[in-house]
Amino acid sequence: MAININGPLGPKKVSGKAIARPTRSLAVQSYVPEIAKGLGITMKHFFVNTKETALGQRNDPVLESIDDGINCISYPEQRRPYPARFRGLHRLTHRPDGSPRCVACLCCSTACPAQCIHIEAGEYPEGDPRRGYERYPKRFVIDELRCVFCGFCVEACPCDAIRMDSGMHAAPYDSRDQFIFERERLLSFSGRDGTFETANPRKEPGEPGHPGVDRTKHH
Amino acid sequence: MPTELLKNPYVHGAVYGVVIVTVLMTITAWSIWFERKFAGRMQSRVGPTLVGPFGLLQPLADAVKLLQKEDIVPASADRALFNLAPPLTVLFALGTAAVIPFSPEVIAADLDVGVLWVLAMGGLTVFPVWIAGWASNNKYALLGGMRSVAQGISYEIPLVLAALVPVTLAGSMSISDIVRYQEKNGWVVGMPPGPGILAFLIFFLASLAEANRIPFDIPEAESELIAGVTTEYTGMKFGLFYLAEYLHTLIVAAVGAALFFGGWAGPFGLGSGLHWMVGKTLLLFFGVFWVRWTFLRFRADQLMSLCWKYLVPAGLVLVMLSAFWVHYKAGTRG
Repeated sequence: MAININGPLGPKKVSGKAIARPTRSLAVQSYVPEIAKGLGITMKHFFVNTKETALGQRNDPVLESIDDGINCISYPEQRRPYPARFRGLHRLTHRPDGSPRCVACLCCSTACPAQCIHIEAGEYPEGDPRRGYERYPKRFVIDELRCVFCGFCVEACPCDAIRMDSGMHAAPYDSRDQFIFERERLLSFSGRDGTFETANPRKEPGEPGHPGVDRTKHH
Repeated sequence: MPTELLKNPYVHGAVYGVVIVTVLMTITAWSIWFERKFAGRMQSRVGPTLVGPFGLLQPLADAVKLLQKEDIVPASADRALFNLAPPLTVLFALGTAAVIPFSPEVIAADLDVGVLWVLAMGGLTVFPVWIAGWASNNKYALLGGMRSVAQGISYEIPLVLAALVPVTLAGSMSISDIVRYQEKNGWVVGMPPGPGILAFLIFFLASLAEANRIPFDIPEAESELIAGVTTEYTGMKFGLFYLAEYLHTLIVAAVGAALFFGGWAGPFGLGSGLHWMVGKTLLLFFGVFWVRWTFLRFRADQLMSLCWKYLVPAGLVLVMLSAFWVHYKAGTRG
């Protein structure tokens, strides 16, 4: 079928199938049925949610988060469970005596793509059995605002001294300098299992299996 | 002799006035808690939960928060008018409550022209809003004030026409008389068959518009006008506007319950009393929340077209119908 339409150069014949406009019935134009339907929907939600709250049938916000019903997590009291390998705020693991396992090798700060780790290495005093074999971090500072939570520092660490398994995410603070975590702060965090040490063995000087400081003696 | 003393109309008015205002204020405060909880459940949230059991003390926390806030008057504002507007809104909202009969005794002032008083006070609520809009010296506040005036004046007409239906049927402008008439002849919503419920719907819509409630809240349309007339207001002055809006809604619900739902008269011959009036008022109030959390805001021109093209003609027809009905009844009786 050919019909005339107004083109830029005057009337123009085009062919096609004419489709009748859908008629808008009085019910549609008056909006009344739709208004009633809308009121019904909101009230249905109210009653279903009230019933579920009263009977304690609230959805599990993790497993049923796409279901109808209340899926709120009341944040500070309830928390979304993080996956087992969630990378949270860093922590420095402890030796049995409470000092950091870190030997200040600077592997983590070298690996860090965001350059957020600052370490000042210190030498153990003369006479300390660890002197000459390893160093310790005089300062160990992580700028948590700069950190991109890539986890490279954890991968780089040869001593299992830095971990991101604290299970905490960065909390909002008042000022930026509060995001700069010093050594003692990092040492104060435990892992998600509540322990400060790691299962990986580490031999202290004097223990059997410790390679010793003057290796030449054994060769 | 306290009972003797209560017979004095001034003492009666003062005592019940204080009681009614106190109760209304309390209901208003907790209705905000209820509305937030209700909206939460509707939208699959939990609503306030932290302050008190089920968040019940939230209104107190809100009031304390508002009182603590800094009270700012813009440098270029008209200071006197700016400070005058918020208390005026509450005054006009509460003024309406004087003539509402909650039971034959619980009424502050049983005026012969109660309906007229209610409509006049409702009409006056436009003034403080306009004063606030003008005195703020802010373009958004001014636009909000202008819209509010346009809306208030327009919706005054269907409101009056709808309120005229029970007045015509009962043959009295005193709200108590209208309720007594309904006690004898059945509620106005059900009579004369048809127009009663339509008149109530018009009354409900028009009073929503008067109270600036969603879907008629274009004076404060936050998407286009920041907060309309309340843009420049802070702290408790803002709180007063907020309070007045809820008070107005509650009082309008009470007026609707008295004019159309038989006030203190119970249904199905279940007796009468204060509890019926309070229950009906709260149900209507609840209906306002229901509407609010279901629908979106009208556009300004849609608002005007709804009023002038539909509600006003329908209201005129309803008033005429009820006049004919009264005439017909009088004819059959005599």
